[in-house]
Amino acid sequence: MRVTVRLFARLREIAGAGELTRDMPPGATIGTVWRQLAAEFPALAPYERSISSAVNLDYARMDQALADGDEIAFLPPVSGG
Amino acid sequence: MDTPLLAIGRAPLALEPLVQAVTARSRAGSDGAVVSFLGLARNHNAGRRVEYLEYEAYEPLALRAFARIADETRARWPSAALALHHRIGRVDVGDASVAIAASSPHRADAYAACRYAIERVKQIAPIWKREYFEGGDMWIEGATADPDDERARTAAERIACA
Repeated sequence: MRVTVRLFARLREIAGAGELTRDMPPGATIGTVWRQLAAEFPALAPYERSISSAVNLDYARMDQALADGDEIAFLPPVSGG
Repeated sequence: MDTPLLAIGRAPLALEPLVQAVTARSRAGSDGAVVSFLGLARNHNAGRRVEYLEYEAYEPLALRAFARIADETRARWPSAALALHHRIGRVDVGDASVAIAASSPHRADAYAACRYAIERVKQIAPIWKREYFEGGDMWIEGATADPDDERARTAAERIACA
């Protein structure tokens, strides 16, 4: 299955893109996508404990299973206001 | 044109349209108070001389987060109405990055709803600021956003009612 990954703020800069597409194996979760990205961009790894994630515009947990076409977002700690 | 209650955009913020939006309701006339809040870009932070800020948002999710904040506010203070706008892009020192207005028949609820809304924005809205200061720039990273974290929500409510 193919998913879209959205990255923001410092995460976007580390990856050099705000939007990526990745092919994932069946049964992949948000965590699977994150670990693949962290292997690809090691500077992302330290964010593992502080990121939030979302799927199709809903906040979601790292163990959530994904479907073809999903948009996954990884969000560093927020600083609005 | 009617001002939306919840918005994210690049245009400068002003309070008056938000005040109008929360008072021009079907029960117009029943409100006894409007409390408004403007968050401004400050010229100093943590010992740094700030020159300007840049805000980035995951806009559709941020609007959903704003809707959730409005729902939570309505659940806790049913008589209050809330308007909440956040600016993205460059915000110069002295300009507003966030504007909030809350109306209610009585001032206590309007104050509480307004304070609650800004605390929740800082907790759960997927918005980030990058600070450009004398000698460099950096992303500011605050709270790990988790709308279902009841402890954080309760903390915001406690601050609002202090």
